[in-house]
Amino acid sequence: MKVAVLKGGRSLERGVSLRSGARVEDALEQRGHDVVPIDAGGDLVKRLTAERPDVAFVAMHGLGGEDGTVQELLEILGIPFTGPGVAACARCMDKVLAKHELRGAGVRTPDWFAFNETAFRELGAADALSDLEQRLGFPLVVKPSRGGSALGVKFAASWFEVPEALVSAFSYDSRVLLERFLEGRELAVSVLGDEPLPVVEAIPSDGDRYDFEARYEIGRTEFVCPAELGEQDSAAVSTAALNAYEALGCSGFSRVDLILTEEGPQVLEVNAIPGLTDTSLLPQAAEAAGMSFEDLVERILELALKPAAA
Amino acid sequence: MEETPHRRRAHTRRSDLQRYAGLFATRTGVMRSSAMRDLMAITARPEVISLAGGLPDTSTFPAATFAAQMTRIAQESTAEALQYGPTEGFAETVDCIVEVMGAEGMLPDPDDVIVTTGGQQAIDLICKTLLDPGDVVVCEAPTYPGAVPVFCSYQAETIQIDCDENGMQIEELEAVLDLLAEENRRPKFVYSVPSFQNPAGVTMSLERRRRLVELARQRELLVVEDNPYGLLRFGGEPLPPLYQLDGGDFVIYVGTFSKILSPGIRLGWAVAPPPVMEKIVLGKQASDLCTSTLTQYFVREYFGEGRWREYIDSLVEIYRGRRDTMVAALRDHFPPQATWTEPEGGLFIWATLPEYIDTGDLLAKALREDVAFVPGQAAYVDEGRGRSSMRLNFSGVGEEEIREGVRRIGKAVAEQVELYGALTGEQEAAGQTEVEAGRERESGEADVLPFRKSGEGSA
Repeated sequence: MKVAVLKGGRSLERGVSLRSGARVEDALEQRGHDVVPIDAGGDLVKRLTAERPDVAFVAMHGLGGEDGTVQELLEILGIPFTGPGVAACARCMDKVLAKHELRGAGVRTPDWFAFNETAFRELGAADALSDLEQRLGFPLVVKPSRGGSALGVKFAASWFEVPEALVSAFSYDSRVLLERFLEGRELAVSVLGDEPLPVVEAIPSDGDRYDFEARYEIGRTEFVCPAELGEQDSAAVSTAALNAYEALGCSGFSRVDLILTEEGPQVLEVNAIPGLTDTSLLPQAAEAAGMSFEDLVERILELALKPAAA
Repeated sequence: MEETPHRRRAHTRRSDLQRYAGLFATRTGVMRSSAMRDLMAITARPEVISLAGGLPDTSTFPAATFAAQMTRIAQESTAEALQYGPTEGFAETVDCIVEVMGAEGMLPDPDDVIVTTGGQQAIDLICKTLLDPGDVVVCEAPTYPGAVPVFCSYQAETIQIDCDENGMQIEELEAVLDLLAEENRRPKFVYSVPSFQNPAGVTMSLERRRRLVELARQRELLVVEDNPYGLLRFGGEPLPPLYQLDGGDFVIYVGTFSKILSPGIRLGWAVAPPPVMEKIVLGKQASDLCTSTLTQYFVREYFGEGRWREYIDSLVEIYRGRRDTMVAALRDHFPPQATWTEPEGGLFIWATLPEYIDTGDLLAKALREDVAFVPGQAAYVDEGRGRSSMRLNFSGVGEEEIREGVRRIGKAVAEQVELYGALTGEQEAAGQTEVEAGRERESGEADVLPFRKSGEGSA
C-alpha cells in the first residue's frame, strides 16, 4: 500500500514530529508498504496530489498538524488519514473547548477559568483575578489553551506569581486557562480504536514534575507500564479515558492524560496525535499490551481505512 | 530470491532504551538534551531571521583565492595533503599561529603550541587534562554556552562569577576563592573570554586583567584565556591579552582561525606550559590522532599570501556596520526597561529584559514572527539564571535583516510588557509608542548585568 507519512511542519513540536515520523516510516517499510515521507511545508498539497497515496499517516504534533488543519486538507483531497478527524482534533487542541465538552459529557476535569488576551488588555480582566484564590486556590496551573506539549505551562504558588505565569502562557496562545491544581498520580491512557491500552504512570524522579525539560530527558521521569493500580482504580481510569475520548469525538487513536486523586480520576487533556518516538507513551502502552510497534502502526492504518469497523 | 539488506535506523523500543541506559557512563547523566534544543531546531527554517547563530560572515571570502589555493595544494602536494600529520600539528601551521598571536602582542614559544580541531577541542582537551569529577571550574556569568556542556561532561562543579561592563568582577572572584580556600578547595582553572565576550559582548578592563593575572600568580591558579574575537575590534584601544601580561606561566591560551578565516576548516589551537602541553598532546592523540592535514595546508597557503590582515580588516568593517545597526534598532524597538551591551568588537550583544519576561517563552512568541535569538539560560550552568536575558548575533546576517529582526523581537517584548502592566496595574511605559519610549529612557535595574542603560551613548 502507498502510505504518505506527514511529519515536521512548522509547529514548536517539529523536532518530536520528525522523530515520530521517521519511526513510523521504518515500521511501514518493514511491513512492505510503499512509503512516501513528506515534511509538511508549502508544497504539501502539490506533493499529495502528485503522489496520490492510498492513505496518509499523520505523524504531526502541535499547531497545523494536530489541530485539524492538515486533516481538513486531506478530507478535501479525499485521502483517508490516520487518527482523529477535523472536529476532534480542533476540540483536543483547544484545552478550554475540550474542558467544556468534557464537562458537558459528564467527564470530570479540574475547575478552571479561561481568559483571552483582549480581556486583560481591554476589559480589565485583571480585577477578576482576585477571586482566584477563593475559586481555585493555590497553587494553580497556568496553561496556554492551545499547545500540545508542556511549553508555557507554569505553576503559580501564590498570587504574586500569577502575572509572570500569564505572560509566559500568553507567549504561546492568545487564550490561557488557570486550572485548579490537583494532588494525585499522573497517568496516561492511550486509546486505540475503542480499546483503552494499559495505563502508564509518570513518576518524576527528583520532584521537578512540573518542569518541561523533565519530560524530554530519559531518567528524569520514570514511566511505569502497566501502572500499579488496584482493579477498581484501573477500571475507573480506563473508563474515564474512554469517556473523554468519545466525548471529544476521537477516532483511530489518541492519548488521554489524567490525574488520579483520592476522589477518583480527573481528565487533564486529550492529545489527538500523541508522540510516536522511542520515548513516547503510546508505543510503550502498546508494548505492554503485547503489540510491537509495527503491529501498532499497522493497526492504526487499518482503523484509518475502515473507520466503520473501529 | 535475493535478500535485500535492510536499512537499520536507530529506532528502539522503550525497553531497549532502558537497557542502553544501564550501560551509560555516569557523566552522561549531566549531559543535557532539552526541549530548548527542539525549539532551536525550528530557528533553522529558511524564513526565520536568525540572530541566534554565532556564525562569522564567510560570504565575502574571495572565491578565486580559495579556488587557487586548493588547486595549488592538489597540484603540488596531493599525497601529503591526504596523509595523516603530526599530533601537535605542522610546524608551518604553528608559524601562522605565532604570527596571529604576534598581531596581538604575544610571543609564544612554538613548542608550546598544539593545533586542535577548532577552539572547542582545545577547551575539551584542557578539561580532559585537568579535571577530575567534582573539581571546581570558575567561569564568567554568563559564559560561552559551548563551554557549559564541556564542563558538565567532565563532571566539574562550575562556579560562575558575574560580569559587568568591565568583564568578570575580579573582587567577586577573590571572594569565591577565599570561600573555597576555607574548605581547602581551589579551582583547577578560571575560564574567561576576556575580549568581546560570548555571549555578553563585554571586555575585561586592563586593571582587571592585571589583577586576574596577579591573582593567578599569587595563588598558583591556572587561567584559561579563550580569545576567538580579539582581532575583531571595531572601536576603542586594543588591550593586552592575559597571556601577554602573564608571559604564559599561569595562562593557558585558546585561539582559533574560525572567526578570522573560517569555522568550516575546524582549526584552533592551545598554548600551554610544557608539562601541561605534554598531557594535552597525549589527550589529543587519544581523541583524533591529528587535526585535518588538508585544512592545515590551506592555512599555510593562505598565510603565505600575506593578506590575512586585510581580510580581517574587511570583516571588521562589515561587523562594525552591523553592530551599529543592531544598537540603533534596539534603541528604536526595545522597551525602556531593557538594557544591553554595546560591544567594541566580536559578534554578540547581550540584552536583558524586565525579570518577569522569560526569554525561553519569548522565543516561542518570536518564532511565530519568524525571528530567533538565544535565550540567556544557555549561558548559565544553574537552571533559572539568565532567564530574562538573550544573546543577539550581529555578524551572521545583513543590516536589513538585523533591523527587521530586532523590530520583530521588540514588538513581542512590548506586547509582554504591556500585558504585564495590565495584569499588575503597573503602567510602565505602556501607551507610549516605541519611538517615544526610545527617547525617554529611564533607569531600570537589570537582573544580571547592570550594563549600559539603553539611552546612554546615543547621539
